Amino acid sequence: MSERILTVDNLRVDLPVPAGTLHAVQGVSFHVDRGETVCIVGESGCGKTLTALAVMDLLPARARRTAQRLELAGRDMLSIGERAMADIRGARAAMIFQEPMTSLNPAYTIGNQLEEALLRHSRVSRRQARARAVYLLERVGITAAASRFKQYPHQLSGGLRQRVMIAMALMCGPSLILADEPTTALDVTIQAQILHLLAELQREFATGLVLITHDLGVVARIATRVVVMYAGEVVETGTAAAIFSRPAHPYTRGLIACIPVPGRTRRGAALGTIPGMVPSLVGKSIGCHFASRCDYAIDACRSADVTLEAARDAGHLVRCIRHAELPALAPTRVAEAAP
Amino acid sequence: MTAAALTAAQVEAAPMLEARDVSRTFRVSTGLLKPKRTLQAVEGVSLLVRPGEVVGLVGESGCGKTTLARMLLGLLPPTDGEIRVVGRPTAALPRRTIAQLVQPVFQDPYSSLNPRKSIGAIITLPLRVQGGSDSATWRAQVEEMMERVGLARSLYDNYPSQLSGGQRQRVAIARALINRPRLVICDEPTSALDVSVQSQILNLLQELRRDLGLTYLLISHNLAVVEHMATRVAVMYLGRIVEEADTDALFRAPKHPYTQALLASVLTPEPGLGVPDTQLGAAYPNPLDVPPGCRFHPRCAHVMDICRTVAPKPVASGEGFVECHLYGTP
Ligand SMILES: Nc1ncnc2c1ncn2[C@@H]1O[C@H](COP(=O)(O)OP(=O)(O)OP(=O)(O)O)[C@@H](O)[C@H]1O
Ligand SMILES: Nc1ncnc2c1ncn2[C@@H]1O[C@H](COP(=O)(O)OP(=O)(O)OP(=O)(O)O)[C@@H](O)[C@H]1O
Ligand code: SF4
Ligand SMILES: [Mg+2]
Ligand SMILES: [Mg+2]
Repeated sequence: MSERILTVDNLRVDLPVPAGTLHAVQGVSFHVDRGETVCIVGESGCGKTLTALAVMDLLPARARRTAQRLELAGRDMLSIGERAMADIRGARAAMIFQEPMTSLNPAYTIGNQLEEALLRHSRVSRRQARARAVYLLERVGITAAASRFKQYPHQLSGGLRQRVMIAMALMCGPSLILADEPTTALDVTIQAQILHLLAELQREFATGLVLITHDLGVVARIATRVVVMYAGEVVETGTAAAIFSRPAHPYTRGLIACIPVPGRTRRGAALGTIPGMVPSLVGKSIGCHFASRCDYAIDACRSADVTLEAARDAGHLVRCIRHAELPALAPTRVAEAAP
Repeated sequence: MTAAALTAAQVEAAPMLEARDVSRTFRVSTGLLKPKRTLQAVEGVSLLVRPGEVVGLVGESGCGKTTLARMLLGLLPPTDGEIRVVGRPTAALPRRTIAQLVQPVFQDPYSSLNPRKSIGAIITLPLRVQGGSDSATWRAQVEEMMERVGLARSLYDNYPSQLSGGQRQRVAIARALINRPRLVICDEPTSALDVSVQSQILNLLQELRRDLGLTYLLISHNLAVVEHMATRVAVMYLGRIVEEADTDALFRAPKHPYTQALLASVLTPEPGLGVPDTQLGAAYPNPLDVPPGCRFHPRCAHVMDICRTVAPKPVASGEGFVECHLYGTP
């Protein structure tokens, strides 16, 4: 039996905005077992970052978080105190942010920050902390790690900083890492290097990994399971194999059709598109969030909220009332971009 | 020579755009009290863009793509070498003539549009600057172009902040095309956009190319995008083009070890394949400190002794060339 490390059940995040209440996360559920990589994918603004911040209790002060259940490493995060939470952050769960400078302090050396990450949470000597830091820097592919110790964050390239962030996240041997677009700002070669490394370290330490990204290529290559979000909701979840070979939700299908794939899409041919825009998340809405952009929408899609239902594969869930008939259906509206 | 001095026949016959052995350096300070140093952003680059082609330019951050693009647009003078537009050295052409033929679309649709100007005013500006047509026809021309790029005419009086990222990039494309240029330099035109918007913009660029007979130089670090769009690809590394080939040839049989690593890094959405080991070293390139010999040698999996001291020369290969000692005749 694999060990459950994170359980998120019916998570909601509301934000007060001038126009009313923004329902940024609307009942998101997923779980992560030890050694698993769960990828959260979806369009800009769909609530990926807020979901991760909610798990770590790092939401902006104005935000309101509710959930049926939120358990990290066996602890109930909903009833836990501020102090205990601070202990869990860092020691049991670590977050890697998209922009490493948000979590690296420009005023302290790399070495100092790595050591402190461990000293804050466990009874080890500075010598032991240093030894672990050097070990991890080497593991993340930083050569001459000891000499990097005295350097400040701004003296490192973006790729090196991101590696330092990964080493820092691993300092306390966390059971869970949440990585928010950790490679989006980096070059493709460095992205591949870092993901390769992350996957390797995660296997080795049996860490649970939640990786947030909008890059379907990354998702396909490293996810154990995939959570597809659209406008604050999970619209589909399943294994990477199920999501990519038998996508069940029109949004997922549309997304996969949008990207050029060397050797698969024909050069110069029109790519798939998802016309239209994401609906506003302010105020109450009814029906399928994707209906305004969906090629298969019918009246029933707009008249009642849609729940997650089991699709063909085990553990494959989809939020679409027409998912079963979809493969045999012609679109109710022909994509506008077709020439 | 005056602005309108080039005849249609002259434009037709010549290569669209040519860089001949072009270099660009910058003087940069590396810290308080430290002396200024020379940064070699582009070094001895030659590139030819023929009418009707889509030339893809790829390479990692800081390798000099935008610097080369700005020189090709006549926005930045080379420190060495020559740029030619339709066969004429740009140094001898007025800016307006260059702008009539070559137009840019930049990466960031958020910062490249003036937030205080309406959409209509932004797209009209090049007509105003060029001054070639009757101002009474401008509004009609602009609305027609808006329609062409998929913007509702009703957005004419809106401001950039009221538009989505994809719409803003359409505005940038309309502005670039309003004077009917021959060549458009697209510098990371979709990098800031969601994939669902990216595909719309790429489809639009293809359509416009077909309908208006445009030539593109497409700069991108997304190789899948380049493979989809380009007819020919140039790969840049630390200021130099290290390989150039037809798109098919480049993707079928990449020659330069850097090109090979780049292609290996393309993560196609195929579950189960994992993330490949690129075999690249962790020595990130620094244009202030270009390695001697082959500039790629500190990261190369095939490095030989000669690579550390002798800079490789371009070796012809098919329709293109590669610059690597693995392929040179000794
Ligand atoms: N501090 C905030 N105040 C108000 N609204 C916010 C705040 N943070 C996020 N939002 C809104 O909440 C929604 C979800 O935001 P979130 O950052 O989680 O999106 P995301 O999926 O991570 O997007 P991206 O891919 O662009 O990072 C968006 O509509 C966003 O505008
Ligand atoms: N005006 C300038 N002054 C000093 N250095 C500059 C200037 N413009 C560019 N550089 C430097 O020249 C090098 C090449 O920059 P350039 O913007 O051309 O790279 P790029 O390939 O477009 O990168 P990216 O993919 O990040 O856009 C970089 O090291 C950059 O810092
Ligand atoms: S529920 Fe209806 S509108 Fe929503 S995705 Fe399914 S078919 Fe489309
Ligand atoms: Mg985010
Ligand atoms: Mg650039």
